[in-house]
Amino acid sequence: MIKQVLAAGVAISVLAGCSGDKTEMTEKTSRTILMAEGADFAARLQTALITADPGTTITMPAGTYTFSDGLSLDVKGVTLEGAGEDKTFLDFSGQKGAGEGLLVTSSDVILKNFTIRDTAGDGIKSKGADNITYRDLTVEWSGEPDTSNGAYGVYPVESSYVLVDGVTVRGASDAGIYVGQSDHIIVRNSLAEYNVAGIEIENSSYADVYANTARNNAGGVLIFDLPNLPIMGGHSTRVFDNDIYDNNTKNFAPPGNIVATVPSGTGVIIMANENVHISGNRFKNNRTVQVVVGAYQETFDDAKYNPLPRNIVVRDNSYVDGGDDPQGMMAALAAGMGGKLPPIVWDGVTSWGGGEAVDVNLSIHEGDDVGFVSLGLGSYPLDPSKMRPGMLRPKGAAKAEPTPITLAHDFLNTDK
Amino acid sequence: MRGVWVLVFLLFAACSKSGPDMQVILADKPAPTLADYGLFEDPAANVPSTRMQAYDLVNSLFTDYAAKQRFVYIPKGKTAKYDAVDTLDFPVGTVLVKTFHYAPDMRTPDAGAYKIETRLLIHKRDGWVAAPYVWNKEQTVAKYAPIGARLQVQTTSPEGEKLDFTYAVPNANQCKTCHQSGHDIEPIGPKARNLNHKSQLENWHEQGLLGDVPSTIPTVPPIHDTAFPLGARARAYLDINCAHCHKSDGSASNSGLMLEWGETDPTRIGIGKHPTAAGRGAGGLRLVITPGNPDTSILTYRMQSVEPGIAMPELGRILAHDEGVELIREWIGAMPKN
Repeated sequence: MIKQVLAAGVAISVLAGCSGDKTEMTEKTSRTILMAEGADFAARLQTALITADPGTTITMPAGTYTFSDGLSLDVKGVTLEGAGEDKTFLDFSGQKGAGEGLLVTSSDVILKNFTIRDTAGDGIKSKGADNITYRDLTVEWSGEPDTSNGAYGVYPVESSYVLVDGVTVRGASDAGIYVGQSDHIIVRNSLAEYNVAGIEIENSSYADVYANTARNNAGGVLIFDLPNLPIMGGHSTRVFDNDIYDNNTKNFAPPGNIVATVPSGTGVIIMANENVHISGNRFKNNRTVQVVVGAYQETFDDAKYNPLPRNIVVRDNSYVDGGDDPQGMMAALAAGMGGKLPPIVWDGVTSWGGGEAVDVNLSIHEGDDVGFVSLGLGSYPLDPSKMRPGMLRPKGAAKAEPTPITLAHDFLNTDK
Repeated sequence: MRGVWVLVFLLFAACSKSGPDMQVILADKPAPTLADYGLFEDPAANVPSTRMQAYDLVNSLFTDYAAKQRFVYIPKGKTAKYDAVDTLDFPVGTVLVKTFHYAPDMRTPDAGAYKIETRLLIHKRDGWVAAPYVWNKEQTVAKYAPIGARLQVQTTSPEGEKLDFTYAVPNANQCKTCHQSGHDIEPIGPKARNLNHKSQLENWHEQGLLGDVPSTIPTVPPIHDTAFPLGARARAYLDINCAHCHKSDGSASNSGLMLEWGETDPTRIGIGKHPTAAGRGAGGLRLVITPGNPDTSILTYRMQSVEPGIAMPELGRILAHDEGVELIREWIGAMPKN
């Protein structure tokens, strides 16, 4: 049974208007629904997610609960919480319907303290769900990394003010933590491992990605912009203070998806995005390359799309090992350079579609011992035979860093 | 508390028995049973009340070969407004009623027909609300089912194929997923182009249900009528089966794949378009539509699939629609190869 408990108090706030004598009274009732374990848990939980009043907290006890259909939430301000990532398990291995384990389409939602396993499609998707918090969650696919695993673990899209904090994702056949077509984003204190891409920020703006660990993925952190999408022109992203190492898992993405082109052994990829700052990260043993900056490589038909990376800053990172065994398309490119790649590689593309070459303004501020190569490919589409490698770092003027992202619903935001 | 008053109010409302009950229709919460609305004269919903207008669509969404019976109720003294492109502008208090039936053999859908579910779309004061009702075995009552249901169905398809599958009644949130239009929800079927046959719109106008109707009304071709061009029939199929999500303010907007009838940009329709967030739904294929080659097109791959995470549409079907797949395959196959 669902017990409905009136939380500690019914808050009644009385707001007195300043410009007149009117007094407006707002009654805010906050409730907690305590889910009991036992039969029909899936049906009772979905009922609670549909019938909850705005602002309700739904609490799930410790235990493993199985689901044959996807869950969904469309009520504003609901908190869904478990007893802990290591205690409350939502098991979707028998899922028969829906494209994800949990779909959130309302704003001001908090998801925390539980684990979602083995969903048929994506793990948790939130679409058009502003001010969402993903905190202390695990989304995973059990077993070895597998092409048949779901695409994204944590998947906020078309949303503003997205917070992903303390989340672990394992086994996604696309990106573990994927933020798409969104703005004002924080991804921090999270662990992405054994995914194709660890963390991906795509067609998004104003993102801070920090204090995360991306390890044992095919690619660690991707900052991408893709054509033919409703929201394009991603910009203003900072990737700092992350541990990005051992991203040498083979790429197990289904072909056709953009991440299927990511060479196993890649630390960070910046592709066709603007004003991206990679700083203070610790790169280690990514066998293909630690950081690669490049243009979108597929053909496209979209007059509004710019396939070049622009105003990119790479500074003050540490680089250990790596680049000694390039994979995928980078293997062929590295062949002409003794089979190894330095920590930072730029494709050297500065024009596309027969247009004039432009200054993409790539700024590299690293110790003299940190190697760099421009492949000097010049124009898009790419033609490996036109490769003109050069070791000289471009002398871009570092674009000023975007201001840190603060989110009103972030408890670490001390301004609130 | 307010909830108690609503309840008391509902109890009183349920006592009145003269046709559709506006207080129940406009109440905050869905009524416990379909009969509470007074949309039908009898609890078994066999006799519609006098102001219920039966209608049908040129093309209908595929829902596992279920037969559908549709009514619109427009409150007395009010009229819907015509719209050439979007759903007709129905007044507050409108109820769209859709009952899903099966029969032992869908080649003779009236013989032994039984109701599975009745879905209501109600235009409340602050927007449309979806409410699913599931029929009991005895066919005497349809109860509100916010979390939907799964029901075993055995039948023979209109093409003569034996079927035995678990039919899924969508839950209230899943109703919204398909009916989403920006931050609101909206009916999908009753658009002028899809109502425009058998003089249906002109009849509505004559009966005072619909305001002025222009002399030229857009229309979509019936997808099964081969007298119409293949391309138009294929686009009509995608319009009614896919475009409720695959439109710029729909649930699948982030895919960049836009399948509305009026869409003209080839890339947005999927021709030569790379997948966005398809994951294994891409099936290892590179393009949504590869002109001339349905076998390497993600569109047909996902339409053919019955596996969650791959199958499209994601909701509303358990089976693949073989005839729909065939139509789209034919359309893609006829496109000139690049």
